[in-house]
Amino acid sequence: MESDRRSLAALRKLPLARLGSVLRRFGIVIAFALLVVILSLLSESFLTVSNLLNIARQVSINAVIAAGMTFVILTGGIDLSVGSVLAVSGAVIAGLLSAGRPLLVGIGAGLAVGAALGLLDGLIVTRGKVQPFIATLGMLTIGRGLTLVYTGGRPITGLPDAFVWLGAGEVSRIPVPVVIMILVFLISYGILTQTVFGRYVYAIGGNEEAARLSGVDVATHKTLVYVISGVLSAVSAVILTARLNSAQPTAGVGFELDAIAAVVLGGTTLAGGEGSIGGTLQGAFIIGVINNGLNLLNVNPFYQQVVKGAVILLAVLLDRRLR
Amino acid sequence: MRRGLLIVGVLLLLSVIPLYAAAPPTVGLSLSTLNNPFFVDLRDGAQAAAKKMNVNLVVVDAQNDSAREASQIEDLIQKKVAVIAINPTDSDAIVPTIKKINAARIPVITVDRGANGGVVAAHIASDNVAGGKMAAQYVAKRLKGKGSVVMLEGIAGTSAARDRGKGFRDGLKAYPSIRLVAVQTADFDRAKGLSVMENILQAQKKIDAVFAQNDEMALGAIQAIAAAKREKEMFVVGFDAIGDALAAIKAGTMAATIAQQPKEMGRLAVENAVRIVKKQPVKKFTPVPLKLVTKQTM
Repeated sequence: MESDRRSLAALRKLPLARLGSVLRRFGIVIAFALLVVILSLLSESFLTVSNLLNIARQVSINAVIAAGMTFVILTGGIDLSVGSVLAVSGAVIAGLLSAGRPLLVGIGAGLAVGAALGLLDGLIVTRGKVQPFIATLGMLTIGRGLTLVYTGGRPITGLPDAFVWLGAGEVSRIPVPVVIMILVFLISYGILTQTVFGRYVYAIGGNEEAARLSGVDVATHKTLVYVISGVLSAVSAVILTARLNSAQPTAGVGFELDAIAAVVLGGTTLAGGEGSIGGTLQGAFIIGVINNGLNLLNVNPFYQQVVKGAVILLAVLLDRRLR
Repeated sequence: MRRGLLIVGVLLLLSVIPLYAAAPPTVGLSLSTLNNPFFVDLRDGAQAAAKKMNVNLVVVDAQNDSAREASQIEDLIQKKVAVIAINPTDSDAIVPTIKKINAARIPVITVDRGANGGVVAAHIASDNVAGGKMAAQYVAKRLKGKGSVVMLEGIAGTSAARDRGKGFRDGLKAYPSIRLVAVQTADFDRAKGLSVMENILQAQKKIDAVFAQNDEMALGAIQAIAAAKREKEMFVVGFDAIGDALAAIKAGTMAATIAQQPKEMGRLAVENAVRIVKKQPVKKFTPVPLKLVTKQTM
């Protein structure tokens, strides 16, 4: 019914609708471009190859988490546990590697931990029928506690060079974290647009009951979405741990908010069913560019939080206005 | 007969002991936790001082639990100790307990962390302003009074960030040719220290020294500087002397850090308690000196 009415309305103002759809698709791009232009005018260090690569490297951590978050939010859920899952995975990876275990064992174990915690999140949501907000809030606390237990509250250091390369290395001038980020987004894009699973993710978020009635195994697909989020948090843990050359017990505190902000800035609605993985990447870059710009311009730290919040809100408002 | 003599002897001895035991005053020391080397050192310093000054020191460990701390201090009140020195688990949660001690007319000393209420005779803590100044003097001396300096600040609004920053700025005032080219917050966090320093490195083409208000940020900044291959250009000074920082100083990747002196803190607590017992005046705040740690002083 609703969609019928919408398509009728669209038919009535066809030429305008086309312009609208252009703006709708590129609203966030315009906001991003504005930000880049302003910063380029204000700081000569901003628009340089080395700074752009620097931003991309910094963005990679949040972007990879936000990619997982996109899957979750598309189903209408939310994952608050990403920062804690990152911390646990990072600690496990660093713990194993500093004990001299092979690289693949350490990373594999870290990814497995991320998948397991994500699976737990998903099962509590789907089988336990707990609201995603509460289920993952519980996991946020448990994960942080597990990290403190595992690390004894101290950073884990003494990581092998081959691992550190994943954070600090380059592949023909492109930082390795950026390569990882690109791979994650290409794969996520493929899954969301080219597979049945991807279509179900949108369908569940759009109307869960309708999806169920048309034979989609909602519980399994929703659970899988949290597993993806857990695994990508662990991938992000690999980047962060390698970049810091150590696993921190406090790693990832507050990361869930940056990830959610990136997803929403990217045009995905918190209600689910609508949005894109490409938008999330742009959203993550907007946040990264703001952080970078504030540092480059040496803005007084007291004002930074105000500016950051204001720019995020302005970007979303501009996006909504253009739609 | 022999047994009778023994009993009389023991009784005699027991009656004499309290005469001696009554002489030294008993001081209670309530610690937030002993599961942290900092507070273990604090206790050791207090115990050494107590031995020296002939004080009977009773140490209780709250294991970071405010409720346990409260009941342990109630026990100390029941024991009628002469002075209670407290290292609170929480500056607010301790207030009702301090009021209870006040009601029992036992003087209170706070150590390391202060209390947000009640009557406290003396507060003993590290002087963060002096520490910031110490860092500034080290940086200035090494730069021979000239250069570009970056400061990474802690969480905006915390007293440690405020005091360390104030000390550093004040310390640099004597050197007009040293410029603070960037002051940015990295929230006392290693990951943020890394990314904020990466950004500053993009903006500043010439940096001679970095002062981070804690070691975590300093270690993050060191990662960023090494990745940019600019470690020859500048040196990094931290604060707190955590294990990782000491290792970095030993390895030569970090120049210096400012160490707190928990043993000295414990000693000063006992010393102040003794002054209170002897009815001598004590200062409201006794700053505990800090110590500059470099490769040479290690």
